[in-house]
Amino acid sequence: MAALGQSQSKPSVAFTRPKQWSLGMERRLTLWGLVFLSPWIIGFLVFTLVPMVTSLVLSFTDYDLLNPNAINFVGLSNYNRLFSDPQVGASTSATVRFAILALPVSILMPLLMAALLTSKRLWGRRLFTTLFYMPYMVPVVSAVFIWQGFLNQESGWLNGILGIFGIRGPDWINSFDWIYPSMVIIGIWGLGNYLLTTIAGMQGIPTELYEAAYVDGAGPFTIFRKITIPMISPVIFYNLILSVIGIFKYFEIPYILGRGQGQPGGATYFYNVYLYKTAFTYQDMGYGSTLAWALFVVAMIVTALLFVTSRRWVYYSGERN
Amino acid sequence: MAAQAKAAPTFPTYTSPVLARYLRNFLGKATISLLAFFVLLVFLSPFAYMTATAFKSPDQISAGNPLPLSPITYNYQGTEYPVYRVPADDGTLHEWAIIRKGREESTFVDPANPDAGEFVWQGRWRTLEAAMHLDPQFGNFATAWNEINFPRLLFNTSCIAILGMIGTLLSSIAVAYGFARFPIPGKNVLFLVLIGTIILPTFVTLVPTYTFFARIGWTGTWLPLIVPHFFANAYNVFLLRQFFMTIPRDLDEAAMIDGATPFQILTRVIVPQSTPVIVAVALSHFVFAWNDYFSPLIYLLGSPSLWPISVGIQQFNYSFGTRPHLVQATSLMAMIVPVVIFFFSQRVYLRGVVFTGIDK
Repeated sequence: MAALGQSQSKPSVAFTRPKQWSLGMERRLTLWGLVFLSPWIIGFLVFTLVPMVTSLVLSFTDYDLLNPNAINFVGLSNYNRLFSDPQVGASTSATVRFAILALPVSILMPLLMAALLTSKRLWGRRLFTTLFYMPYMVPVVSAVFIWQGFLNQESGWLNGILGIFGIRGPDWINSFDWIYPSMVIIGIWGLGNYLLTTIAGMQGIPTELYEAAYVDGAGPFTIFRKITIPMISPVIFYNLILSVIGIFKYFEIPYILGRGQGQPGGATYFYNVYLYKTAFTYQDMGYGSTLAWALFVVAMIVTALLFVTSRRWVYYSGERN
Repeated sequence: MAAQAKAAPTFPTYTSPVLARYLRNFLGKATISLLAFFVLLVFLSPFAYMTATAFKSPDQISAGNPLPLSPITYNYQGTEYPVYRVPADDGTLHEWAIIRKGREESTFVDPANPDAGEFVWQGRWRTLEAAMHLDPQFGNFATAWNEINFPRLLFNTSCIAILGMIGTLLSSIAVAYGFARFPIPGKNVLFLVLIGTIILPTFVTLVPTYTFFARIGWTGTWLPLIVPHFFANAYNVFLLRQFFMTIPRDLDEAAMIDGATPFQILTRVIVPQSTPVIVAVALSHFVFAWNDYFSPLIYLLGSPSLWPISVGIQQFNYSFGTRPHLVQATSLMAMIVPVVIFFFSQRVYLRGVVFTGIDK
């Protein structure tokens, strides 16, 4: 901006339009800038800020889509219901169970794959990277149906492959215990962007560090642990934040797998599935808003905690300690 | 490998250590590449499952072969007889059609030499392996195509994706330009708020947004899937802004001195120099919209004629459950467009992401 502002000091060049330049370049530019920002500012107000506030207000009402004009304030009763609702507990625990399995995988898999794909000993790195990234392009609906068939207990290939090694594979999709690992496996196809950021991070590490460690006699695992991991800790942190946010947005895979009914045995009745059912199937928008705000508050607390703890383990090379 | 290096000096010539190092390098590369290849094979094997299943008939699925195989039959004197792989006395395998089955000996005819007529083979036919040939059922795709009215889904998806893409390009380019170039008070705070919206769970704003669209009568139309994209998207603004900031300001200034308005500078200076990132944003939105399932699910649930591929496939596949070949055929049909786009544009796509993915 400052650079554009400097044009003020060269009025002689713009003598064809002296009036325009004299009118306060800075203010005119600010106005232009606001014009350019206006789509986002309007969109933010209409599609984010106002709905958030409205959602908070609705969470204290009995707003019902079937009966939209009979809206009453009901005080804290939605919140009382939230804390005594057994389905909230069950859905939260399903979500947490999944998160405990999924988060380590979504951090470790991109790390290992990126280590492989950045190895100088790999032929055809570009081709491999392209092919490892490719499943990220597959629509989630296709991915779920493909994996559902692939993981089928009888006709699926995974159990067929396990059978070659004499292992009798489980009923991945229809058993309460195996559906979580199954969803984690399905989710691996969605890690493409984490993979790319991790690769970019690893490529950005100065080679002198590796050379120095090599000269000092460090082995490949020590180098990975002591140099690669700390150097790309900002990327790991970035991927962790996105994974956690992903958990708070996680809906499509459990919804499609569980046919919106939480099959098998409520295992896929995740928090967001319950929220969706409450608001759209049962049209209970008041309680749906309460569920949404509870989710929002938890999401903000978790994200804030991550940012606070990140100071302890994320290393920014540009920063002084 | 260490032993090789130590042993090397005992050789009389100087080429040996070089050769040993070369060999060690080669072995290392071969090991890593082979490892990557096997990991990739496992990683992509569901696609092979999908493709194989999509080409099978129900009988071929229950037969349990990985590939869509059918038994070979041979028409001998007006009747079809199954063909088996029969070991001859010299140990070679022959494909012969079985005419009469017996417990210890059976009558065969050789399809390659039918004039030789029927002959008897000593042995148990039950121990023989049926001869199979690849028999892909291309008709599955026609069936799925018609049953889900694929042209309609394709048309709907394309319209939603292209209109939204235009919207997000127009708005995100303008907003990114605003953030990159103009002196706006509180700009940094605004930019933080913009980035903050990425973290916001969609579900928080869902109920009021849905209610709003329902009130103005937009549910059951494409408008809620398209219009919001005309108000910029945080990811896209971020990508574009990062790129715009790398364009030297001298060009802007030169244009401005020539009397160009900021809008003209955007269209004539900034946009022409930003083709790679604009293409990346356009493609990523197109693929996002193509694959999006959630928004059409909530806004179009009662209007099947407006469904895009994602919702259409899901709804029909619930009823196709007993016909896995059709489920896999539709899955293939739904993913083909984004995957082909990706392969044709992967250079732009990967570069665009890697390029801005990390900025230390």
